[in-house]
Amino acid sequence: MSHFSTPRGMNRRHFLNHLAGASTLALPAFTLTQALTTQAATLKHNHKSCILLWMGGGPPSIDIWDMKPGAPTGGTYKPISTTGEGQITELLPKVAQQMHRLSIVRSMSTREADHERGRYYMHTGFVPNPNVQHPSYGSVVAHELANELRELEIPPYVSIGGASEGPGFLGMAYAPFQVDSNGRVRNVKANVEEARMMDRMKLLGLLERRFVRENRGPSPTEHAKVLENTLSLLTSSQMQAFQVESETQKIRDTYGNTNFGRGCLMARRLVETGVPFVEVNLGGWDLHQNCFAGLQQKLPEVDQAMSALIEDLASRGILENTVVMWMGEFGRTPRINGNAGRDHWARSWSVVAGGGGLAAGKVIGATNEDGTQVTTDPHSSEDLMATICQAMGISLDKKFTATNGRPMKIAGGGKVIDGLLE
Amino acid sequence: MLRSSSESAKPFLCMAMLLANAAISLSMSTSSLAEPVPDESVSQRSGSLGPIDLINQQIRAAWLDHDLRPSRQATDAQWCRRVFLDLVGRIPTVSELDAFTTQKSRQKRHELVDRLLGEEYLDTYSNHWATLWTNLLVGRTGGRERRSLINRQGLENYLRQSLRENQPYDHLVVELITATGSADPQEKDHNGAVNFLVEKLDEGGIQATAKTAQIFLGMAVQCTQCHNHPFNEYRQNQFWELNAFFRQTRVERMRDPVDQNRRTGRVTSQDFAGEGRELYRDNRREIFLEERNGKLVDRDAKQLQAAPTYYELRNGQIRVAYPVFVDGTSLAEQYHDEGSEYGNSGYLEHVDRRQELAKLVVDVRDFDRAMVNRTWAHFFGYGFTKPFDDMGPHNLPSHPKLLNELGLAFRSTNFDMKELMRWIVLSEPYALSSQINKHNVKDDPRNTAPQFSRFYLRQMQAETLYESLLIATQADETVSNERRSALKARWLQQFNTAFGTDDQAEATTFNGSIPQVLTLMNGDLVRRACSTGTGSFLDKIANDSGLTNRQKIGYLYKAALARRPSKEETNVCNELLTWRHGDIVTTLQDIWWAVLNSNEFILIH
Repeated sequence: MSHFSTPRGMNRRHFLNHLAGASTLALPAFTLTQALTTQAATLKHNHKSCILLWMGGGPPSIDIWDMKPGAPTGGTYKPISTTGEGQITELLPKVAQQMHRLSIVRSMSTREADHERGRYYMHTGFVPNPNVQHPSYGSVVAHELANELRELEIPPYVSIGGASEGPGFLGMAYAPFQVDSNGRVRNVKANVEEARMMDRMKLLGLLERRFVRENRGPSPTEHAKVLENTLSLLTSSQMQAFQVESETQKIRDTYGNTNFGRGCLMARRLVETGVPFVEVNLGGWDLHQNCFAGLQQKLPEVDQAMSALIEDLASRGILENTVVMWMGEFGRTPRINGNAGRDHWARSWSVVAGGGGLAAGKVIGATNEDGTQVTTDPHSSEDLMATICQAMGISLDKKFTATNGRPMKIAGGGKVIDGLLE
Repeated sequence: MLRSSSESAKPFLCMAMLLANAAISLSMSTSSLAEPVPDESVSQRSGSLGPIDLINQQIRAAWLDHDLRPSRQATDAQWCRRVFLDLVGRIPTVSELDAFTTQKSRQKRHELVDRLLGEEYLDTYSNHWATLWTNLLVGRTGGRERRSLINRQGLENYLRQSLRENQPYDHLVVELITATGSADPQEKDHNGAVNFLVEKLDEGGIQATAKTAQIFLGMAVQCTQCHNHPFNEYRQNQFWELNAFFRQTRVERMRDPVDQNRRTGRVTSQDFAGEGRELYRDNRREIFLEERNGKLVDRDAKQLQAAPTYYELRNGQIRVAYPVFVDGTSLAEQYHDEGSEYGNSGYLEHVDRRQELAKLVVDVRDFDRAMVNRTWAHFFGYGFTKPFDDMGPHNLPSHPKLLNELGLAFRSTNFDMKELMRWIVLSEPYALSSQINKHNVKDDPRNTAPQFSRFYLRQMQAETLYESLLIATQADETVSNERRSALKARWLQQFNTAFGTDDQAEATTFNGSIPQVLTLMNGDLVRRACSTGTGSFLDKIANDSGLTNRQKIGYLYKAALARRPSKEETNVCNELLTWRHGDIVTTLQDIWWAVLNSNEFILIH
């Protein structure tokens, strides 16, 4: 059989079938079958999804979710009542109307107050270790839900407007797919027609396989897998999920004309398409100086986009299958420093989570009168991750085998946070 | 008009900056100082066998200890590709490769290294290392935004010149630490070296402190905020005492006179009265006398001379700090003969703190070991510690004797960076194949301390890939240097994201993930490399009447992968050519595309 008998005008199915038949890219470690079954832009899927609203830099949760009016640490703004149990900042009036769908965990108490370490710890449930690279939330979810994701042709872990964290020992095939909030994915259009691209892929497949066979460690296989994922994405109509501009102006206005707003809207589209983990990044929370002026700038953006996202998910009936999380790498010092700022603080802070079967409208845990201590059971990143995984139907008993052969529990052996799971 | 502002004079209140175990680390380093290294072992130029033998012997000894047998030797072509990529930042051309592989001399590896480090490749070498050092000193995103004070070009030019002259490493570091002047090449007092510090002086110079310790001493003070144990006041103390060396340093922020949206900066050294104090040198005041050591002295004058900085403990208490280096050397002691407070003076006429710091940095043993570890990691992908720039008693090296003695040897060459590189690339472990054998499977650096029993694959950096594509396609020959570096900068920028946090952290998508693969598959750079226009690389090969089709195909494999196509590959390529009715141009184009997109191309092996 010739390798190059390419009919004109192939569709995706032919394209991939042909590739698989010629077994150019198909390596023992993976197959192309996942990509051959469907063309549907939106899948019927049964798995749950998670949207992580990542507040890079460490937001001052004491000014947002666990306010201390009257205390010397209290800050400038006033709390307002919400549709849920607790009060939150007056700068989030629209989110306040969604709080019956979300819960606040006010008893986060962690130890990593450095950005890099905190980002790693909150994303993986493990503290950094030079001899093991741990997988982050999105990679764990993509890996564990792989069976349910066979019809997904675009990456299962998308990070919008930021870098998120890595796939660790699960390998680059589980790395976050990083995109800008405008939804334009660079370089998705091939420079040559499809038939010719296929010829090229055959040549490439030959090279890839040969180098993999030479037993030089994991990198060549990783490259081949990522290539495979890229190919799947290139030919997929599911790429439409990234096109936020195809939403009506009305919907786009609801989310707000901001990068974060567009990111949240894209997250909803991706989740509808079947992507199980989406991170939307909003940076700029490292408020060592002029914390309160900074909040006045940032929180309205959060208010608009986050409230729109929750409302939109709920009205489409997918909130019950979609966990939404809001957090950064840590909180900020209750004490206000000499520059009207707050510094890094991990000992007592808050996160928000809801949807996907998590408790709604609850306040879990508490801090003391000036916010410097958690007065209830303290909760860690491991606990939070365990709860989220449980909600998403990922078994906590599952053990990974890290590259060093050591078994490793999902979520670092964390305990489900009491009251956060319905 | 130039608008300037100086640092906030208030006590800086950030917390939790720890300097890990520096005191213990010092006690280790002083004891190792006692072991002498014979002079002749390092003084021989090119082919300086001493340190190379030392590497081979120490690495082999560890293989025995760990029951490992090394991979076989890499082929000449593999080694050649590797050493080009690591020393001058690009793959070899076909003629460079052929010249080397057909050469019969037994000394040919030494000779190639000498050439790559010599006059012939001086431009390529200094460009490559200036890029690496720029990325290290200001990150990949530093100076890319208009508001940034960093002038990337200014820094790169400065580094390139220094590297061209093969300035000793300690000179380079002293210049970076003590630099004053404008970051902007258009200013009269321009000094490219200031770009290292110009954007690290906010908030009392926390980043200046952290990066100086990390880059030059291998001390990861930013990452050692370990809260697993109760907060340790002593360590926080050390951070701020090191930080005190930067308190005479100021940055003036200015608008660019041409482009009002751009910013630029000037680093100066200024008298420092102490935090929270205004500087009144000649004010009228009452004099308070007090008795010290049997003498009546002017109490306030003394206080004025010692210029303190303050930092805050977690509980809100304020502590004072004066300049004390990580090894415990305090300026107060050093200048004790001049008066007990003299060394703590903030006046430049007494003590220039950055000058003092620079001397202390290059004199301490951590300085040479940190550079050896960094350089080793450049060539092997891993250093003797993981990560290579976080050294100390909490993170002991895998090959302590080797690290220490290479450090001493490097020091005894007057910090000749090329000499250090030469030792490493001519060593036995660097010449090993990347293919795993039965007896070194367990040498997996992801999980254990690397033993270098094979060459670990690593991906080219974006910069190296760019240069390699240019050299492979001879694409840069008609483009001016300026235009070329602008194009390169634009291409590189698409991969980088800054986190926007105070540690100036950043990430790259040129990490083997989908965006990188897409860039190579469909992006402009590879599209241009695959151009078949008149005079293009592929056009020249396709129309070279001296080559058979088979040789043309072979040429492409050699140009990108430094090897011939396998039998199977040749067959498939021929089949494609037949399928294309003998259209060699289109066929070569497809082969070239495939080769450039392959794992074998992007990985250094």
